[in-house]
This record gives sequence, C-alpha cells and structure tokens, in this order.
Amino acid sequence: MKILVAVKRVIDYNVQIRVKEDGTGVVTDNVKMSTNPPDDNAVEEAVKIKEAGKATEVVAVTIGEEKAQETVRKALAVGADRGIHVKADGTLEPLAVSKLLQKVVEKEKPDLVFMGKQAIDDDCNQTGQMLSALLNWPQATFASKIDVKDGKLEIVREIDEGLETIEVNIPAIVTCDLRLNEPRYASLPNIMKAKKKPVDQLNASDLGVDISPRVEQIKVEEPPKRKAGIKVANVAELVQKLKNEAKVI
Amino acid sequence: MTRESMEYDVVIVGGGPSGLTTAIKLKQLDSNLNICLLEKASEIGAHILSGNVFETRALDELLPNWRELNAPIKTKVSKEKFLFLSKSKSLSWPTWLLPSVQQNHKNYIISLANLCRWLAEQAEALGVEIFPGFPANEILYNEDGSVKGVATQDMGIDKEGNKKDSYEPGIDLLGKVTVFAEGCRGHLGKQLIQKFELNKGKDPQQYGIGFKEIWEIDEKNHEEGLVMHTAGWPLDNNTYGGSFMYHAENKQVFLGYVIGLDYKNPHLSPFDEFQRFKTHPAIRKVIEGGKRISYGARALIEGGFQSLPQMFMPGALLIGCDAGTLNMPKIKGSHTAMKSGIIAAETIVEHLKENKNLSIFEDKFKKSWLYDELFRARNVKPSFSWGLILGIIFTGIDQLLFKGKLPFTLKHKHADHETLKPASEMPKIDYPKPDNVITFDKTSSVYLTGTNHADNQPVHLKLKDPELPIKYTLEKFDEPAQRYCPAGVYEVQNENGKNKFVINSQNCIHCKTCDIKEPSQNITWVTPEGGGGPKYGNM
Repeated sequence: MKILVAVKRVIDYNVQIRVKEDGTGVVTDNVKMSTNPPDDNAVEEAVKIKEAGKATEVVAVTIGEEKAQETVRKALAVGADRGIHVKADGTLEPLAVSKLLQKVVEKEKPDLVFMGKQAIDDDCNQTGQMLSALLNWPQATFASKIDVKDGKLEIVREIDEGLETIEVNIPAIVTCDLRLNEPRYASLPNIMKAKKKPVDQLNASDLGVDISPRVEQIKVEEPPKRKAGIKVANVAELVQKLKNEAKVI
Repeated sequence: MTRESMEYDVVIVGGGPSGLTTAIKLKQLDSNLNICLLEKASEIGAHILSGNVFETRALDELLPNWRELNAPIKTKVSKEKFLFLSKSKSLSWPTWLLPSVQQNHKNYIISLANLCRWLAEQAEALGVEIFPGFPANEILYNEDGSVKGVATQDMGIDKEGNKKDSYEPGIDLLGKVTVFAEGCRGHLGKQLIQKFELNKGKDPQQYGIGFKEIWEIDEKNHEEGLVMHTAGWPLDNNTYGGSFMYHAENKQVFLGYVIGLDYKNPHLSPFDEFQRFKTHPAIRKVIEGGKRISYGARALIEGGFQSLPQMFMPGALLIGCDAGTLNMPKIKGSHTAMKSGIIAAETIVEHLKENKNLSIFEDKFKKSWLYDELFRARNVKPSFSWGLILGIIFTGIDQLLFKGKLPFTLKHKHADHETLKPASEMPKIDYPKPDNVITFDKTSSVYLTGTNHADNQPVHLKLKDPELPIKYTLEKFDEPAQRYCPAGVYEVQNENGKNKFVINSQNCIHCKTCDIKEPSQNITWVTPEGGGGPKYGNM
C-alpha cells in the first residue's frame, strides 16, 4: 500500500502575524515558516502505518514556491521515502491545489491520501474534501484515530458532538486532526539522510490545470482592537448601561 | 547507552556572525573540510538581536563582493545625532566632538538577523552543513582533557525527566577542532572558561542588557539613514547606559536601550527604564502615531580588553562574544566577532595542515586590527564607574587626545552579580503604568517575540538552591529577578500568605541576564529543547 501525504508551507504558528500596511496581505519577508501543524500529524501517521508493516511507501508532496521544498525535506527527515514538489508561484486556492493533487494522484496511484484537516494560514478546510470529489473517492475528515483493516480504514472523527467512528473503503482521502498523534522530532542523522532522498520537481503549468484564482481579495485588515472594559458600581448601573449604552437588553 | 556519533573536521556551535564567518572562511581556505554548524534557534537569525550599525571592515575581508551577492546591507548612515537627555529637555552634542570610534558615516544600518540568514546561505552554498533547532548542550572531552566535540540535546523529555513517545536521543558531534560561538554568556563557553581557567589574570567580565523594538513610524518623522544615540535620563548619573535610534528602510526605526548590568539598585527595572525612556519628548515625537512591531532583549558584553579570556584551549576555540570581543565605546560587536571568526578559521587550517598548536590564535589576534581596536577602547567603560560626567570627561581625553593610547589600563573591579546593594538601603523606583501606545507591559512585549517552548519539558532555568530566592534573595534584594528579566519569567507569588518563587520558563527569550545578574549566581541557564525561544524576524 502506498500513501501520499500533502504538506503545506505556512507562517510558523508562533509568529505574530502582521498585516501589510497597504492591505494586500500579510508580511512574510524574514518570517519563520514551517510545515502546517496538522500536516505534520498526517506525515507521522503515514510513517507509523509504514513502520507497522501496513504500507510500503510514503510519498510527501507539496505545492508552492521554491522554498516550499523545505516542508518535503522535513517529511523525508521523519520517515517519508521520497518527495514531489509541484512548483507554483502566487496565490493558490484550495480548488487549484485539489486539481493539482488529482494530477499527482493519477500519476502516483496511491491507495491513500493524507493531509492536515486545514491549513493554519487561510483556514479553508476544503482541499481534502474537494480532492475526494474530484477523484470520487471516499473521505474521512478530522481523523483523530486511524486503524488500517483489510481493504478498509476505521476512523474516529473529531466532531462537534464528540467522536464519530466510521469505516471507509480504500482508496480514500483522510484529513488529520492535531489529536491524531504526536509528531516525532527529526534527528540530525535523518536530516542528513533526507538531503539525499529523491524529490521530483514538476511545474504546475505542465500539469494542464487552470490554477488562476477565482476569488478576488479586496482587502486584508487586522481585527478591530478590543476596547478596555469599565467597572460598574452596582447591578442597577449595569442594567442601565446595557439598556441605554450597549442597547443589548 | 551509547549515543550515535558523527565526525567532522570542524564543529561550530552557534549560527551568529562569528560562527558563520568561521564556517565561510574555513571553506574558502580549504573546500574539502567537513564542517557542521549547530544553532539552537528554529532557524538561523531567529535568536539574533542587535542594533545594528554595521561596520563592513571584516565583511570586506571575508566576502569583498558582498554587494554583488546582494547582502542585506542597504541603508548607509546619512546623519548622526548625539543627545544628552534631562527629564524633559535634550541637549545636542556636536558630532565633531565625538570620538572617531563613535562616528558612523561609513557604516550601514542593518538587521543583524537578516545578515546572518544571508551569511548562512553563503555558507551552505560552500557546503557547510547547518543544523538549526539543535542546541549543543554538553561538551565532550578526550581522555587527555582536550575538547572532543559536543553532544546535542535529547529531544522529547517530559517535565520530570522521563522519555516521551517522541523521545529522540541527542548525538555526539566530534570535531578535530570545536569552535564555540554561542554569543554573550554562552552556557558551554562559561564551562570552558572555568575548566581551562581562560580568564585567569583577567578582570571580571562586564555585561549589559540591551532592549530593542522595531517601530513603523509616520513618514513625516522618518529620516532614512539617521543614527541617534542618547545618554542621561531616565538613568541617574551612576548607572551606565544609553539609547539608540536608527532610521532603517521601509519607514522603520530600530529603537533600543542598553543598561550596564553593574547597576546597584535592586529596585531598578531595565525593562521599565526603557519603556519610560520612550516617553521623553525627543523620542515620543518620532514614534508617536507609529506602531511597535517587534520587541526583544539580549545580554551583551561590555568588559572588552581587560576581561577578554584566552580564546584557545586544547581542541577548541572560543570566539566572538562567547569570549567577549565587543567594542563598547564603538557600541559594535558584529565586525569584531566576524574578525575573530576569520582568525579562528586561519588558525584551524594551519593547525590541521601543518599541525601547529591552536595557541597560534593568540599571535594572529595580537597582530590584527581587532586587537588594536579593543586595546584602544579599553579604558572607556571602566571610567564610567566614576559616574556619567567624569566618564565623559575622561573618555574625551582618552579617545580624542590620546586615541586610546594612555599608558595605563583601568580595571573592572566587580563582577555584575556583586554590585547590588541591599534593597532596604536603596530608593524604590516608581515606574509609570504602560499606556499601550508608547509604553507597554512585559506580557504584550514577549508576545511580539513569538517565543515558545514545548510545554512538557524540563525547566531550563536551573536553581542551585531552590529555597534561596524566597529565603534570602527576596528579603535582602527584593528578588530582583522579577525586574531584571525582560520577559517576566520570574515571579514571586503569594499563596495563602506564603511566598512562592515561580519560573515561567516558556517565556524565556534566551537573553541570559539571570545567569549573569543573580546576586548569588543561583540561576543557571541551560539549553531548552531545540527550536525553543524567540522567533525574531528582522532584529
């Protein structure tokens, strides 16, 4: 069984995001970038399944600018066997990413595709679902536990009401929750070995997919600052203020 | 359990200007050398903080074509100011009356973090293996006592010291030569200085704490290339310190404050002095209407020539501010750190090829402009122990008339942890509350640093005696850690009428001030899990 894991390069989760002054986006120059955290969980799970003898190959794929390759190298350093980098500059929307991944899936013919449930930069939470539709494969989203059974996956999903256990047939798309596992550290010797593992480079333009944005971004701005609160002397004053100033009762 | 080990010709600890320069110079001298460089930050540059007005002298020697290589050195200093501040007034000091070491017209306003990122690219292109996120936490010795290399930190250890599922053992990195370039108060450098008595016969090292904020300011207040320094308010005559304000590109100003850690009043809070300083009319008018976008702090070397330890030992070299090569009157340490890296590389190549002793570092150092610079600068900082005014008068004579060549050397008498007076004997200082426009509290400041440490790991700030803070330091010095820490790591909390010393180690921005200033030297800074600490951008 072969598992394809999609990883995305995003601004590190510890960095305080700053909006560009002209409102065209957020500042990314000299900002620490990392792999999207739930994508790390996806890689970890794929590697664990391989280590358990239930998969034969783990392929990491990323789509984006030249430096996006770093995320593939990181996946290789924690156990993926080889990588694919689909080069694409500029804004990439989930639909474009799904279509590109569809092409990669058609080429690689994996049995499973893993990825994070959503990326922490745009919070779209769409790519896995769209890819599932494009391939007409079953999907299991927000997975917090994955059991590989004969030709099937038993998956526990994190949902609003609690946990839901479902079974899907392979091939399938799985999007991973942060609770799925604890990603391992890349050891220094493994980082060195990862430098020698193969990474195929493809150009998005060669895959015959229209990746031009379909959504026009008008403006990016910071959320309004929360105003400081005030202390009221008694309940009567509170009610009076809620009624007359806040006009909520 | 035996750890995995890897062998290199040279192992370098620390990806700052000195370590990266050593790596580049080594590869230039002999491209066949196997070199690895370890960095504790999650990426090169993420723990680098500096003013910085950059003198290109060492870089001109290392990479003369840095302009063509598109080094991030773009903003030439165009104008200089020096102000003496009183509480509400400022007096401009004519720049021609400044010692030549404080004249900057040939220098550039840069972000040292970005310069290091660029240097790392150059080093990697030459084949240096750089490993960010891997702190060296232990020195390895041969049987004959010489340095054999370093071990990287184990990863995935929980608070109690147990191995987690994600446990990944550290590995031994063995070098024919190991270069320690951790920056000011490196935790391994400190051990080496002690073990090999590198500071024998030298004055105690002197330190300062430096703060930096980056502000994006109103266009009309911005003057790209302007460099301004101040002395005076809010510090009193007996506290050594001053500010910098550099107008960089993109409407940014780099605003900072440095305070000597030899201050005496335990009630003094360096962080609050810096915040208060920004409310001075001469400063406020520049940043008013602007926005603070970055914050950080780091200890720096102030001891200079008299405190500089021997920089070689069997199997290893100690360079940059891990030894202490900063030139205090120049307020610059990057070019000197880089020069020490160049000398280190030349020494190592001769050592490896011609079997010369690493002690040839000393002769090379003595013949270099680095030695000459540090020698001439040596009397400035100690003269300020007589107070700001006498210090300035002496410095004028020493630097302007004698160009640093007076026939005597003033001494640093005390280590910084010895200078605090009992809290009861010193005046309390009433700092104004932050207005969240010009001045801020520590919490919102640390937030800007992007600092994080994986939560379930051992505390990396070790107390030799866990009872001491409450039993002794609180009573005698009102536990100054609450104030000298620029990140609010240390708190004294009162629970049911009982005082408790709390260490919020996840906030630590790796400045090392506690390791330096704690009056009983009770706090030891060790490396946390790799990648922890601040994530500075263009600091």
